[in-house]
Amino acid sequence: MNASHTPRIDVMRSQLGRARGLGSAKTGVDHWWLERMSAVALVPLSGWFVLQVLRLAGAEQQDVVEWGGKPANASMLLALMVLTFYHMQLGLQVIIDDYVHGKAHLPASLLLKGAALLIGLFAVIAVLKLALAPSTKAGA
Amino acid sequence: MVEFSLPKNSTIGKGRTFPAAPGAKNVKPFRIYRWNPDDGANPVVDTYELDLDAIGPMVLDALIHIKNNVDTTLTFRRSCREGICGSCAMNIDGENTLACLKPIKDVKDAVSIYPLPHMPVVKDLVPDLNGAYAQLRSIEPWLKADTAPPPDSERRQSIEEREKLDGMWECILCFCCTTSCPSYWWNGDRYLGPATLLAAYRWIADSRDEHTGDRLDALEDPLKLYACRTIMNCTQTCPKGLNPAKAIARIKELQLERKV
Repeated sequence: MNASHTPRIDVMRSQLGRARGLGSAKTGVDHWWLERMSAVALVPLSGWFVLQVLRLAGAEQQDVVEWGGKPANASMLLALMVLTFYHMQLGLQVIIDDYVHGKAHLPASLLLKGAALLIGLFAVIAVLKLALAPSTKAGA
Repeated sequence: MVEFSLPKNSTIGKGRTFPAAPGAKNVKPFRIYRWNPDDGANPVVDTYELDLDAIGPMVLDALIHIKNNVDTTLTFRRSCREGICGSCAMNIDGENTLACLKPIKDVKDAVSIYPLPHMPVVKDLVPDLNGAYAQLRSIEPWLKADTAPPPDSERRQSIEEREKLDGMWECILCFCCTTSCPSYWWNGDRYLGPATLLAAYRWIADSRDEHTGDRLDALEDPLKLYACRTIMNCTQTCPKGLNPAKAIARIKELQLERKV
C-alpha cells in the first residue's frame, strides 16, 4: 500500500468540541452515594437474615409463619428485599454504562430496571404473604 | 459493545531481531512495539539485544542507544530525561511509566516496551494524545476569579491554603494514569480520566479560584466523573507518586457535601 490511499475522515469536529460533548448531565452523585449507602445498610440486614435462617433451619412451617408474622421481622425482611434489588439495579447499571455503548444502552438499562422491579416486587409480595398469613398456631 | 479483542489491523506480528555485538557480556533483549503508518503493515515487535555495559542505567538510555547506534527508524518522544517533561511516557514491562525514570535493572527478563495503552498510535512508541489534551482543556485548568487582584501585589494564599495544592501541582501531564485506566479504555470519549480530574481538583482546591461551584457542576456527570470505579490503576502507576484516585474521591465528596 502506498500514499495514494487516503482514508475517508468521518469526524472533523474539533477535539475540544468532542471533549465537551453534550456537557454535564448534572447527575451522578446520587447514584454513586445511594449505591454505597445501600451496600452499607445491607451488611447488618444480610447478617441478621443469615442468623435468622440458621436459627429457623429445620423448624416447622407454623414456626416460620409465626416468625414472619411478627412486625419487626417482617419489616427487616422488607427492608432487606427492597434494598437488595435496589442495590442490584444500581450496581448492574454501572456495568451496562461501562460495556454497552450506543443504541443498545437505553434498551439494556430499561430491561435491567424492569427486571429488578419485577423480581423485587415478587420478593416483597412473598414477604407480605408470610407476614399477613393467618396464624396456624391456634388451629393446629 | 466494548471490544475485547484487537481489531485485525492491530494484531501484532513477529519482527526483526538485532543481535548484540559479538563479545558483549552483559546482554539484555529489548522487545519494542513497532508500527509505521506509511507501509500499511500490521504492528510488529522488534527485538534489540543490547550490551548493558555500553549504555546508561535507564530504559530511555537504551532507547536513545538504539536510535543512535542500532536502528535510526525507531520513533519515540523524549526531552528532559529527568522525569519533569512527561514526554517519554510509555508502557514498560507491562506498566505505564516514564522511560527516563525506569531503571533497566528493575526489569527481570526481556524489557518489553509498548506505547501508552488504548490510544491511537502515531508511529512506534508515539501515541496520539490530542483527545486527552482537549479533555484537559475542557475543564479550564486556569485561575478563574471575578475579584480583581490587588493592584500592588499578587493574589495571596495562606500557608494552609497553599498546602492544599500539594500532591497536585507536581503532575506533569504524562497521561500514564489516564491510559492505565480501564474506565478510560471503555469510555474515553466521555470519561475525563484521572489526569484531567486531578487537574480539575487542583483548581477546585485552589483558594484563589472563585468558580468552584461551576467546576463541580461541569464535572457532575455519570461518565465525565462517575465513570471512575476506584480501580486505582492511576495511583499505582503514577511515575511521580501522586494519587489521582484521592483527588477524584475529593471531588465526589464535595458534590455530596453541597447537597446537604
